[in-house]
Amino acid sequence: MINLDQKIYGYRRDNNRVGIRNYVVILPVDDISNAACEAVSNNIKGTIALPHPYGRLQFGEDLDLHFRTMIGTGANPNVAAVVVIGIEPGWTQKIVDGIAATGKPVQGFSIEKKGDIQTIADASKAAYDMVHYASGLQREECDISELWVSTKCGESDTTSGFGSNPTVGNAFDKLYEKDSTLLFGETSEITGGEHLVKARCANDAVADQFMFMFNRYQDMIERFKTDDLSDSQPTKGNIEGGLTTIEEKALGNIQKIGKKCVVDGVLDKAEMPTGKGLWFMDSSSAAAEMVTLCAASGYVAHLFPTGQGNIIGNPILPVIKVCANPRTVRTMSEHVDVDVTALLKRDINLDQAGDMLLESLIHTSNGRMTAAEILGHQEFVLTRLYESA
Amino acid sequence: MIQFIVHDEDDSVGVVTVEGLKANDTLSGWIMDQDVLIDIKINQDIPIGHKLAIKDLNEDDTVIKYGVDIGRTISKIAVGDHLHVHNVKTKRW
Repeated sequence: MINLDQKIYGYRRDNNRVGIRNYVVILPVDDISNAACEAVSNNIKGTIALPHPYGRLQFGEDLDLHFRTMIGTGANPNVAAVVVIGIEPGWTQKIVDGIAATGKPVQGFSIEKKGDIQTIADASKAAYDMVHYASGLQREECDISELWVSTKCGESDTTSGFGSNPTVGNAFDKLYEKDSTLLFGETSEITGGEHLVKARCANDAVADQFMFMFNRYQDMIERFKTDDLSDSQPTKGNIEGGLTTIEEKALGNIQKIGKKCVVDGVLDKAEMPTGKGLWFMDSSSAAAEMVTLCAASGYVAHLFPTGQGNIIGNPILPVIKVCANPRTVRTMSEHVDVDVTALLKRDINLDQAGDMLLESLIHTSNGRMTAAEILGHQEFVLTRLYESA
Repeated sequence: MIQFIVHDEDDSVGVVTVEGLKANDTLSGWIMDQDVLIDIKINQDIPIGHKLAIKDLNEDDTVIKYGVDIGRTISKIAVGDHLHVHNVKTKRW
């Protein structure tokens, strides 16, 4: 049995949150500032630019989500310091102020009245100082319960429901007992099992919030669908892997919250939890969108079960892949961090599989790179709610 | 060796967990929740990860997996048949 009272070595930030990576991020406010951010990142080694296609003419809830995602990404404890670059100073400053609340170094630059070249020079100087600062920080002893751990599965198949998802569930049950802060979501992929999640909610108020989020997502699907979604939910990969209906996929998905965890609270997309326990976040079921939202909510490690072999990573949130499908492990081994194929042969039990995954979580937290990190998977994908104004 | 797994004995289906199974093979299965073993002969080739029926089903029956409704049959399905998108559909959406 794994000892979860052992210490891990992380970066304790000014707001007392614990990170397991130490990035200096060059964050564009909007699509047209990507080029400047990438130029700064090219100039200054040890920085990472996070280009994305949005941030102009958004409005209402969609704009709120954009700001939450940008600020949450910069505020994430895996990030030591941030340079923010936008076309104009207003929205740039709003994001800088949001990140500054964590106490970490952050500086904003805007391009209008200066142009790219001057902005890149100024921002590069700031980034240079931030890399000096960040690279001087030391890892220190932290409790495992201080890690915020999220989960989402991808390219699931039937082995996910038997093997890799219950493995995450077992790990979540053990982390939950230690008072950790956990997260799951994928609202559409609960369809058919919503009654099971509702029954796991801590009280009626949480259950009502969960059902509100669930029904809101169902309404959106009903509004836009042109068929029974059998070409996208389950995905072609899911169907190839043997999953037949969304209900079957959902029941496998729900295995990730284990048998003991209680759903303590409900979050909207990219909202930050306000306490410990297991949180449900209304979120897309597309892997890169969901994991980007987890990072924006402040999660520092991610457990990602896959069946057919989803290869996703994230630029600031280490994604640990666990797989129970022997064909996937054989043909795509470089993408798999934890091989639990022995589960399906009855060679190991779920408790042992959960411990293997937690062992990998501890190694990853102490600095060991995940498969997705080594392979350079840095999918940063923003969720949009509707068209621009 | 285990060749298919069933979550619960009341389920209508099991899942093939090894590659290369052919029609008329007799498979050994493991029912996880009750921890018992069963044998079933399959009627078609079934790829790894795909389902076989472990109960006879009529058209428009409910398919049970994990002890829960996962959809409806659109044709008659016999024990040992490959059960997938060609004979089962979602009840949602």
